[in-house]
Amino acid sequence: MLDRNKCYHIASLFISLAILWLLLSGHYTLLITSLGLLSVLFVTLISLRMNLLPFDQPETFFRFMKYIPYGFWLVLEILKSNIDVCKRILNPRLPISPRWVTIKASQNSEFAKIVYANSITLTPGTISIDVEDENIDVHALSDIGVEGLEAGDMDKKVSQAEQAYV
Amino acid sequence: MSNAITIISGVFIITGALAIIIGLIGVFRMPDFYTKLHAASVIDTMGTMLIIVGLMLYSGFNLVSVKLLLIMIFILITTPTAAHALAKSALHGGLEPVLNKNKS
Amino acid sequence: MFEVATYLILFAMSLALISAIIGKTVYEKILAVNIFGTVTVLFIALFGFLTERPEFLDIALVYALINFIATIAILKFFEYGDMGRSSHINDEADI
Repeated sequence: MLDRNKCYHIASLFISLAILWLLLSGHYTLLITSLGLLSVLFVTLISLRMNLLPFDQPETFFRFMKYIPYGFWLVLEILKSNIDVCKRILNPRLPISPRWVTIKASQNSEFAKIVYANSITLTPGTISIDVEDENIDVHALSDIGVEGLEAGDMDKKVSQAEQAYV
Repeated sequence: MSNAITIISGVFIITGALAIIIGLIGVFRMPDFYTKLHAASVIDTMGTMLIIVGLMLYSGFNLVSVKLLLIMIFILITTPTAAHALAKSALHGGLEPVLNKNKS
Repeated sequence: MFEVATYLILFAMSLALISAIIGKTVYEKILAVNIFGTVTVLFIALFGFLTERPEFLDIALVYALINFIATIAILKFFEYGDMGRSSHINDEADI
């Protein structure tokens, strides 16, 4: 019943919750720490009972860390497109040309596709509206955003982050 | 030295507040709902990141800055989800996007 | 410095409320309320630093959670007419 994969998932959830509790609490006496440990255990049991853990996915909570270098790259992209959108808003003629395009996502796992679609939405100027198997419907504010997506830079970066081994 | 850090963090925070106001001006000026979403994402990314990075610089490295980092990560994960849900349910609700006809 | 930023953010919050009042469709109103919530989280964090009580950050964290859940719940209510118990029948009721 409890195979290796499930044990990894449960242990990673427990350790992540414990680290989160330690960071948020700031009080480290014996009584408070034991109460915190109890609540972490309780939350783990409840999420087991509610079937919230993604046992069919290979990614545990710790493996999410492999997306951190991609996150730093994404912040730079967000700053660049933010400046572009701010210029368009402040321009008195409002130079926008809304477009609707469908682009390909070349990732394998569901989670990487979610990361890709959320990155598209997070970048100002492009919003992902619908995700079907390999196609993402995108509403773009201007032609520059569409060109950036069709060049496929972000797609490649997410795929590289997906295949990185931690 | 600490004076310089205070000035830098002040510049970050005030730039972030101005970015929020620019985003709200965009929300008022954009013609239809889907383009308003683009202006709103300026607020969610640039305003949040600049203000919270400024506060982190001001507070230094301790538990307070870790909490600020958690708030920033949480906002950066949830706001695209909310924007996606808004756009999808507006599309289901029959709100057609205004597109530029001569380009696409 | 914190005072100037707090006044700017209060001005932004009043703009967001005006946009929520004059929005034409229900989606524009929900978008404005969502923006108002995000700006409120930043306002609470700044206010904690202004009064030198960083404990306000806990409230800001909880407010961010509530804001996200409220947006999703209102959207679900307007799209399906209830809070979506029937997620086994309709897969799209999940979000």
